[in-house]
Amino acid sequence: MKISGAEILIECLKKEGVKHIFGYPGGVVLNIFDVLYDEKELELILARHEQGAIHAADGYARASGKVGVAIVTSGPGATNTVTGIATASMDSIPLVVFSGQVPTMLIGNDAFQEADIVGITRPCTKHNYLVKDIKDLAKTVREAFHIASTGRPGPVLIDLPKDVTAGTTDFKWPGEVKIRSYNPTYQGNKWMIKQAARMIAKAKKPVIMAGGGVILSGASKELKGLAETAKIPVTMTLMGLGGFPGTHKLSLGMLGMHGTYYANKSVQDADLLIGIGVRFDDRVTGKTSAFAPDAKIIHIDIDPTSIRKNVRVDLPVVGDVKNVLKDMIKAVKEQKAQWDALRSAWLKQVDYWKEEKPLSYRLDKKIIKPEFVVEKIYEVSKGEAIICTEVGQNQMWAAQFYKYDKPRQLLTSGGLGTMGYGFPAAIGAQLACPGKLVFDIAGDGSIQMNIQELATAVINKLPVKVAILNNGYLGMVRQWQEMFFRERYSHTKLDVIPDFVKVAEAYGAVGLRAEKPDEVVPVLKEALKIKDKPVFMDFVVDWKEKVFPMVPAGAAIDEMIFEEEEKKSEKKLKAVK
Amino acid sequence: MRHTISILVENKFGVLSRVSGLFSGRGFNIESLSVGETIDPAISLMTIVTSGDDRIVEQITKQLNKLIDIIKVVDYMEVEHVEREMVLIKVAPKKNDKTEFLKLAEIFRGRIVDSGQVTFTVEITGDEKKIDAFIELIKPFGIKEFVRTGRVAIAREGVKKPK
Repeated sequence: MKISGAEILIECLKKEGVKHIFGYPGGVVLNIFDVLYDEKELELILARHEQGAIHAADGYARASGKVGVAIVTSGPGATNTVTGIATASMDSIPLVVFSGQVPTMLIGNDAFQEADIVGITRPCTKHNYLVKDIKDLAKTVREAFHIASTGRPGPVLIDLPKDVTAGTTDFKWPGEVKIRSYNPTYQGNKWMIKQAARMIAKAKKPVIMAGGGVILSGASKELKGLAETAKIPVTMTLMGLGGFPGTHKLSLGMLGMHGTYYANKSVQDADLLIGIGVRFDDRVTGKTSAFAPDAKIIHIDIDPTSIRKNVRVDLPVVGDVKNVLKDMIKAVKEQKAQWDALRSAWLKQVDYWKEEKPLSYRLDKKIIKPEFVVEKIYEVSKGEAIICTEVGQNQMWAAQFYKYDKPRQLLTSGGLGTMGYGFPAAIGAQLACPGKLVFDIAGDGSIQMNIQELATAVINKLPVKVAILNNGYLGMVRQWQEMFFRERYSHTKLDVIPDFVKVAEAYGAVGLRAEKPDEVVPVLKEALKIKDKPVFMDFVVDWKEKVFPMVPAGAAIDEMIFEEEEKKSEKKLKAVK
Repeated sequence: MRHTISILVENKFGVLSRVSGLFSGRGFNIESLSVGETIDPAISLMTIVTSGDDRIVEQITKQLNKLIDIIKVVDYMEVEHVEREMVLIKVAPKKNDKTEFLKLAEIFRGRIVDSGQVTFTVEITGDEKKIDAFIELIKPFGIKEFVRTGRVAIAREGVKKPK
């Protein structure tokens, strides 16, 4: 029986186990949307902007571990997804994005709503396709899901000309996928793993640095196993938070530009650094030539290009993190070392650093400190919420002051640093995990970048809690201007900020506000009571607050600036004046 | 260091731009590039000459391998091989110089592929050095035009590169 391309597409999605699609209709995808009109098994979540749809699909994927799916129209519909695709690409998030395209006959003619989206997204997808023949459609969809979800995951785009979705053909579901040129390495080299175990047993001051790869590979159990077996402290990149329990004795929290004092100190003093599912991003390493200067580096990653891209590596292990760690635990146990005795001095040193300079901020009785809000969110959610963030100070405070014990608890645009990511991502996460508490920790700048998605959350009765740390500024940029640009606040003061309570109410959501520290917890508790609609909580916070510790760009990661020291140097400066 | 890299790719549209886009997007350098079909029409072969230190070339080969449509990448720096380029040069020697020019072309095993009232077009095949040397030598005769292919390379049989 012949069925239409649009029907084939939907059948394929069902076979892939898709339940939710995020999208926005338009001219050349009408055939697809027409099929969706009668569809019972699949639900299309209508966003209010294609960027909202793609970030929601991304949040859905991060929270659930499944592939996120989005469908948009050609031209502007497709180009509006580019930021979201690049966001997913930088953080290795599996997405399959379907964009409509003008009919094959018209491609290249500058037709109405035509854009070369395959060309545009080539560098920010793992792979992309233009389906020119309806007969290739089912196979292409199958391949796309396979590529997106295996190896180092990533977004895949399929461009669908109108005549392909409108045409008809026989539908045959291709079973297994085999792509001769795509064979990721899943098992680590046994000899390398044995070498690594020897290095671990020899090391006096080892540190594990865990990244997003641990979460993507589902390897947190194995990571904990390795750390506990060989008594190695664990620091995490922003993407790795939750990969190892933040409340664990061996946890050092996040490292890097706004990492903890003790994480950065430990890495710089280590004699062995074990990078697991990380790519040694510049926000983590600071000045690479001064990064972990005394350490031998073991690097485990499924993507060979990550290895030796940014830092020297003494022992690379290419493979799926989970498999490699399983083998490594075995190999480490075979070393039969007296781990406790071997590590006691080092762990004592690390504990000393933890006590010497813990993460801190100054509480104030009159004015709300943003860190205080994050701490209270941690408390009222009992550490079990899914936290989405926007980008900037809000993101760093959310990383520092919430302790993530489980993977897939923190959803944040780590690589691309996309403002406007958090709110739609929270919508996707809430759909993927209906029973869970989902927060978006936002800034007053970021939230305005996809604020239209309030409508999506309201119509779908999603009780997403948006905590806006409202300081009236683009805070992180303002912080840099204050510290490095002689307090010249060029275009970072948001002079007109909407009344977020009224905005929420206008959309049919709930708006709450806290202006004093003692109002924070009541507002949060009030928000938790709401189960059927989104809540905006407008926390009017200290605009002067900055994120500390901070490693200035281009410095080594142990050259940290702390709040107190900065205050002192300010005084000195004033005295000189 | 200059490297000749040969890349077996699926013969699909857009593959060339995936490869060239990778080079431009990551700031790698392409000195020459040639593409052609292989004995299997579903597969094409690209030969790229690039330069960079070991770390960069390692990244280039790894990044190329990561592209889905790429089947195999060979860096000829690690393999004994034969390289060839071809050049077509249109020269307009003065009447008295013609014999000398033709002799030179013969020494370089050039073939005259076109001759007219004023110009000769000579075809020279060889490695880069030979072609450069020939061009230098015939410059005084007056080069009107020249066109050069990218480099192609093939591994030699049974010869291991000494380390």
